[in-house]
Amino acid sequence: MSNLDLTSLEQNAIRAVRSRQADGDSMQFWRSLEEAAAAPEFEKYLHREFPSQLAVWEDPVGRRSFLKLMAASLAFAGVTGCTRSPEEKIVPYVRSPEELVPGEPQFYATAMPRAGYGYGVLAESHMGRPTKIEGNPEHPITRGGSDAFMQASILALYDPDRSQTILHRGAIETWDVFVRAMTEEMERLRKNQGHGLRILTGTVTSPTLAAQLTDLLQALPQARWHTFESTVPESVAAGARLAFGRPVDTVLRFDQAKVVVSLDGDFLSGLAGSLKYAREFIAGRRAVSDSSAMNRLYVAECTPTITGAMADHRVAVPPSQIALLAKHILRQITPESSVAVDRELTGQPGPWLTAVIQDLREHRGASIVTTGAGQSAEVHALVHAINQSLGNVGHTVTYIDPVAVSPPQPGSGLHELVTEINVGDVQTLIILGGNPVYNAPGELNFEKLLSKVSLRLHLSDFQDETSFLCDWHIPAQHYLESWSDIRAADGTVSLVQPLIAPLYGGKSPHEILSVLAGQPTRVAHEIVHSYWQKQLSGTDFSRRWRQALHDGVIPQTAAKPVEVPFKLDLSNLVDATKKSLASDQALEIEFRPDPTVWDGEYSNNGWLQELPKPLTKITWDNVAAISPKTAERLHLSSGDLLEVTVAGRSLQTPVWIMPGQADNCVSLTFGYGRTKSGQLGTGRGSNAYSILPAGKHWFSTGTVRKLPGHHVLATTQNHHSMEGRDIVRVTTLTDVQNPPEHPAHATSHTASPQSMYAGFKYEGNAWGMVIDQTACIGCNACVVACQSENNIPVVGPEQVAVGREMHWLRIDRYYHGELDAPEVYFQPMMCVHCEEAPCEVVCPVAATVHDSEGTSNMIYNRCVGTRYCSNNCPYKVRRFNFLQFSDQTTPSLKLLRNPDVTVRSRGVMEKCSYCIQRISHARIDAKIEHLPLVPEGAVVTACQQACPTRAITFGNLANKDSEVRKLKESPLNYGVLEELKTLPRTTYLARVVNPHPNLPVPGAVPPHAPMPARPATGGKAES
Amino acid sequence: MIPDDVNGGRNANLGRAVVEPEETLRVLEPGQTYASVTDKISAIALAHQHPRSWLIGFITSSTLLMVFCYATAYVLIMGIGVWGNNVPVAWAFDIINFVWWIGIGHAGTLISAVLLLFRQEWRTSINRFAEAMTLFAVACAGLYPILHLGRPWVFYWLMPYPNTFGLWPQFRSPLIWDVFAVSTYATVSFLFWYVGLIPDFAVLRDRSKRPFSQIVYGILAMGWRGSAIHWQRYETAYLLLAGLATPLVVSVHTIVGFDFAVSIVPGWHQTLLPPYFVAGAIFSGFAMVMTLAIPLRSMYGLEDFITLHHLDNMAKVMLATGLMVGYGYLMEVFCAWYSGNQFEWYVTVNRAFGPYALCYWALIACNIFIPQLMCFRSVRHCVPALFVISLIVNIGMWLERFVIIVISLHRDYLPSAWEMYYPSVWDFAQFFGSIGLFFALLFLFVRFIPVISIFELRELVHETEGGHKP
Amino acid sequence: MAQIFHPGMNILAKATIFGAIFIIAGIAVAGAAFVRSPYVTQVNVVREQPVPFSHQHHVRELGLDCRYCHYGVEKSSSAGIPSTEICMGCHSQVWKDAEMLRPVRESFQNGTPLKWTRVHDLPDFVYFSHKIHVAKGVGCESCHGRVDEMPLMRRAASLHMDWCVECHRHPERAVRPKQDLFQFGVNRTTVAGVSMEPPLRAATATNFDLLDQSVADLSAPSKPGNAEELGRELVARYGIVTRQLTDCVVCHR
Repeated sequence: MSNLDLTSLEQNAIRAVRSRQADGDSMQFWRSLEEAAAAPEFEKYLHREFPSQLAVWEDPVGRRSFLKLMAASLAFAGVTGCTRSPEEKIVPYVRSPEELVPGEPQFYATAMPRAGYGYGVLAESHMGRPTKIEGNPEHPITRGGSDAFMQASILALYDPDRSQTILHRGAIETWDVFVRAMTEEMERLRKNQGHGLRILTGTVTSPTLAAQLTDLLQALPQARWHTFESTVPESVAAGARLAFGRPVDTVLRFDQAKVVVSLDGDFLSGLAGSLKYAREFIAGRRAVSDSSAMNRLYVAECTPTITGAMADHRVAVPPSQIALLAKHILRQITPESSVAVDRELTGQPGPWLTAVIQDLREHRGASIVTTGAGQSAEVHALVHAINQSLGNVGHTVTYIDPVAVSPPQPGSGLHELVTEINVGDVQTLIILGGNPVYNAPGELNFEKLLSKVSLRLHLSDFQDETSFLCDWHIPAQHYLESWSDIRAADGTVSLVQPLIAPLYGGKSPHEILSVLAGQPTRVAHEIVHSYWQKQLSGTDFSRRWRQALHDGVIPQTAAKPVEVPFKLDLSNLVDATKKSLASDQALEIEFRPDPTVWDGEYSNNGWLQELPKPLTKITWDNVAAISPKTAERLHLSSGDLLEVTVAGRSLQTPVWIMPGQADNCVSLTFGYGRTKSGQLGTGRGSNAYSILPAGKHWFSTGTVRKLPGHHVLATTQNHHSMEGRDIVRVTTLTDVQNPPEHPAHATSHTASPQSMYAGFKYEGNAWGMVIDQTACIGCNACVVACQSENNIPVVGPEQVAVGREMHWLRIDRYYHGELDAPEVYFQPMMCVHCEEAPCEVVCPVAATVHDSEGTSNMIYNRCVGTRYCSNNCPYKVRRFNFLQFSDQTTPSLKLLRNPDVTVRSRGVMEKCSYCIQRISHARIDAKIEHLPLVPEGAVVTACQQACPTRAITFGNLANKDSEVRKLKESPLNYGVLEELKTLPRTTYLARVVNPHPNLPVPGAVPPHAPMPARPATGGKAES
Repeated sequence: MIPDDVNGGRNANLGRAVVEPEETLRVLEPGQTYASVTDKISAIALAHQHPRSWLIGFITSSTLLMVFCYATAYVLIMGIGVWGNNVPVAWAFDIINFVWWIGIGHAGTLISAVLLLFRQEWRTSINRFAEAMTLFAVACAGLYPILHLGRPWVFYWLMPYPNTFGLWPQFRSPLIWDVFAVSTYATVSFLFWYVGLIPDFAVLRDRSKRPFSQIVYGILAMGWRGSAIHWQRYETAYLLLAGLATPLVVSVHTIVGFDFAVSIVPGWHQTLLPPYFVAGAIFSGFAMVMTLAIPLRSMYGLEDFITLHHLDNMAKVMLATGLMVGYGYLMEVFCAWYSGNQFEWYVTVNRAFGPYALCYWALIACNIFIPQLMCFRSVRHCVPALFVISLIVNIGMWLERFVIIVISLHRDYLPSAWEMYYPSVWDFAQFFGSIGLFFALLFLFVRFIPVISIFELRELVHETEGGHKP
Repeated sequence: MAQIFHPGMNILAKATIFGAIFIIAGIAVAGAAFVRSPYVTQVNVVREQPVPFSHQHHVRELGLDCRYCHYGVEKSSSAGIPSTEICMGCHSQVWKDAEMLRPVRESFQNGTPLKWTRVHDLPDFVYFSHKIHVAKGVGCESCHGRVDEMPLMRRAASLHMDWCVECHRHPERAVRPKQDLFQFGVNRTTVAGVSMEPPLRAATATNFDLLDQSVADLSAPSKPGNAEELGRELVARYGIVTRQLTDCVVCHR
């Protein structure tokens, strides 16, 4: 309901804005979004009597049986009443494992596969059940950081909707029956050398799997292996082949770059190397000490991404213009280049382009030009050309042999497979992972074709769209259940080891392949182990094997850079994407993976579904993003239903008015519209794959038509302006280096706020946190990490819509400046642990209290739920269990819980605790070692540990040498709402931008009341 | 003819302004004797059948009461998530209704205690059901603080008692002050009401024909014999209780005001709140008394006892307190502007022009402009008009709490956290249900207990007879 | 007119008025007594166990150290319940045919664990760590009572919060010298036994501008005295920060 604020009203909102901006009052715009809303809003409320009623009835809790709940609540009452505690059993080991100490967690190194590439992780295990995923510090990509997908992968393990049985044409079958059937089939195939056998996999980087496939193909020369990765279009590889005549992978080194130009390339998320890129990009940006260090980011893209949000200068251009931009850049930096610039630039990138070219010229060899997966092969080739001519290759850009193993014969994509099926060459199709029926481009019509294949086999962790069309469905293993190996984006090999036996008897692709190879008895461990026995030949194999398992990586396996001469003759490079918009109804349609559910693989993952999209803050749904101007032209408002038609195929999806979106472009995201997912994923949103053309890039033209009806979108943030309030402070690099008299970012509030009460005296540990807003890229990893660490429940879209999401840590996204090209600021916001906490004094039962180390604690078992504390919290970071949100009935989810954190029941308040369970462990250890203070690094909060860019620093303010203490002395440090004298222990570093001198400074905040700059402190702890 | 000074100090001044020789306002219409008074009033309680209006009223309110019970059961079983509350608007109908009911409760004590101490005769015929109304209003109010808890079954943790946790409640929290304020208020008002009833129970006991009611009233009368010593002790006790009750009139709503004033929420954090909460409480309380008195007097033909004079005086009190409340609204805006605090100022602007502006202006109309009609004597003497105005004021006072609580909360410090609030069907069920509870109790009271204090009325007869003799 | 009530009713009336007060008070007291009664707290209530294991026999008569079976007590939050293996360590030699021990042997043979009934059971929202208590001088006896005198295990204390807090407010009443931690029935007379490497504080003091006030100066000689004084000195030597012990998060997260 609440999001109606933003939706129904936007028509008048935008009109209001225009008028105000005419008055030169751009600051006012964002407020108007809601205010223009106000009147109709309230009428709506009056007429539609009981809006949130819906929410309750549709709420899963509401749907559970009345009686059960009655019983439950009586039970609650009973527990708190004077009844005796129920009898519990203790079940000790019969033979206890050596290394295991009951009650203490253990960590194992393994690797999470995603889109074929490996991400090194450390998995925490409590008494044999994995409970938390962290990045592996040894791993070159993650380096201890992680992303939302890694964090949420633990929930996927315990997902009650996972496929649990082998199915043969819908009937439950046993593994043995399957093996027998396949053995017969394979005998038949061996006779005709595997004619008609096709194997379809995603990207394969696993050396063992590749070896298995090669062996199989050698044994059956007629058989063929195809690969299809739903989120890696062939344009990337094609571009490389176009440029160098051979496939190569590009590895970028952002820490070496001073100027980064992204042409529709969202390198901070979505690439296999994004975690590394984000870390290195921020490393090259955080260095505010010397001016030469901080890089400058230019972004040209269609719809705002988190990369665009980080840009010093962003320009919104339609995807089809990117090629043109690239050509102009290439032409300008190398006038001798033979590239033909066939069109003039339309739109506003003029001054932006001049600045880009100037900067690139000045930083030859220290710059990076990059583009995105969605762009055409030609653009990729052009970008390679630009980096070549800038002399970046070898410095900031290196090429390596492809990490992914590609099938021996050329032309082995999905298209070729489809053609072969069409001509009837395919009798047996083995689909190992993936869900092509859902995410093959609609134009290929894969769903229909599949029936032409006589025997279809599908290995997957869900009974998805593909499984339902296959004769055999085999449940797949989760990576925490399986033995395997996998390579990271830079080629480094990690071993995948199980932490738990398969919960549902899943199988790994290795085992399926060895069945095909006629060795049905070999298990994955044996297969992987024996493969590496050959590779790591040597006397001390077992030691190296154990070492590799322990470290999570196999040393010296990263790919070496290769020299590749640039082969392409640019003069006859045709712009394949040259398009002209016929009518004004015709728009450019852009496709991209969804920032939270990706390509639909995670559509049944509650944590990711409820994770707000970084820019729109929408949960549980996908939308068609359009620019405000286009919305005006087509008379659309957010939430209106839209029919998007591409080449005769169409889908219905709600509109979202996206400030900063390129005009006349519609951006759609994949991953929704699943028809066969779990209970969470099925039937949400619309499937963008269904209208995706089979071309090699991710945009096209199409038409839109407004449909009757309005769709309620569950958003977590409905107001987008800071109201001129001093919340996110922004300053420029130049201001930091030689501060003006009254720097905009300087603390503007009275330095020594007075209090009527005697302050609390802190001795011993004093915990504090600093969040660097220059480094936060808004990637959401911390949000999910917090959810995972602290047993935070999922509440569902209806509850999110009425403003009851439970995330302890949210990332506020503010717009600032112009309507069509706003600045975007991210601000992670969780309990800031005020030393003078307003919430604490108003709790009637002392359920939220201060401890002697300065953290503000929630004591759930004491909370009676008056919610007074939430009202009195100026940061509104407290979350209340309005209903029984935490699922205490599903058995598999009980295994997921972190045993060190209480699972909250209905009716209690909760909030960020600074991961008090981790603090407690560290404090106990320190006290046992008789240290007066917990040493630096002993406590790492979940969000801090997850952050790939190290934007969050947590530590002991009592420790002089602590990193957090140093940051608190930075002139950039300030406390949000510190004028309230809450003395927050969590403070923020002002966001530093590095604009080009010739371009306007991206919205620096209005200066405050003139006050001399002073280092803001974290409060009394060190004062 | 009553000389003005019989009415006593302040009221005389109020009186003089409007009382004109030809149309005289009396606290008791002429021709009433001890017997007639007693007959008339005791008859109501002892009568065998009652006017149809009573039956209809009772059935309607009992139906609403059922709704209340159902809604309450549902909330207890499902959790308060069935309401519309969210973060940031964590308090809504629950606390609005609480404050509203408590406010209504104020008139009773004011009338019975304060006016008694000020020797205002005109209180005599309205104090009984005003007190009853107080009790029932407080009963309704008292339910919300418990029901609005996330875990109502542990509400007793708010009381200080020696427990196995070795913990006390947190005495810095205004909610704890509430616990004491409200419970004290409930206790004292009940005692005051009951003590006042004792002689009348005795009357009913003696007049009742049926043994059952004789016994019940007999027990309730606690062996009252009306001897001189009884009367002498009785008057002392009654005055003492009046003395005890008087400070409560101010204290209770002051403390309810603290619930908000003590917090840091913009729009709540004002020293102004306690006094203008008290004024508002009396305002709404008298409005409710008026709302009840007017139908009651016509239902049972009590026009002789609840005269225009009573209505007139109550109207004046409402007028006065209404102006205080109006001043409160004015000062709120002024302080917000004068403080120069951007958050305070935004909340003020948002009240008047934000999404809920309609509520704010409705409130201004109901509580400031419409009551001004009572400046005109003609309006004050037009019973239906008074009835309508009193209803409007009741609505207005409810809206005031909505404005203070919901509109302040829904947009406070960080815009990222701003949310709209929409009540759910259960919010309304609980609200109207509590009104049902209130009226159901009230109808039972009317049925079984003298709605007007008989013995005090007889005193009044005694005093006024002097006046009526030629 | 006839009297409705017999004169005697007056007495009754008066009686009820006064009685009411005492009755209400009585109910309150009874309620308070109930929640503290063994029925609720299970104090001294022996529970059914698969094997009638006697701590008295093993601890007092055989003199086994607590840590032989409860091996986790010094390195983990949970003290640990011995695996069947540990039982069989001895009982494959002694009493190896005893009928009483049949469940143990069966468990060992067919790998089905023994299911003991929990005697000391804290609510799930209480996070108790054995290792810190042991490290800071709280002996087994302080919470578990004279286990060496229990033929069958039973709860010695109510485990109510006020019982825990009592000790967290006055640790000096419970802490004992290191060598007495796993003893029963000893009465503290000296702290000589507190062997403790000097805290790192001395080494790294420069890193910390806030020193833990309550860490005692270890150069001070340990003086004999009454239990209270010794307790205070022990608290100081163990570096127990009494003020911190009553932080809610010490036990609740």
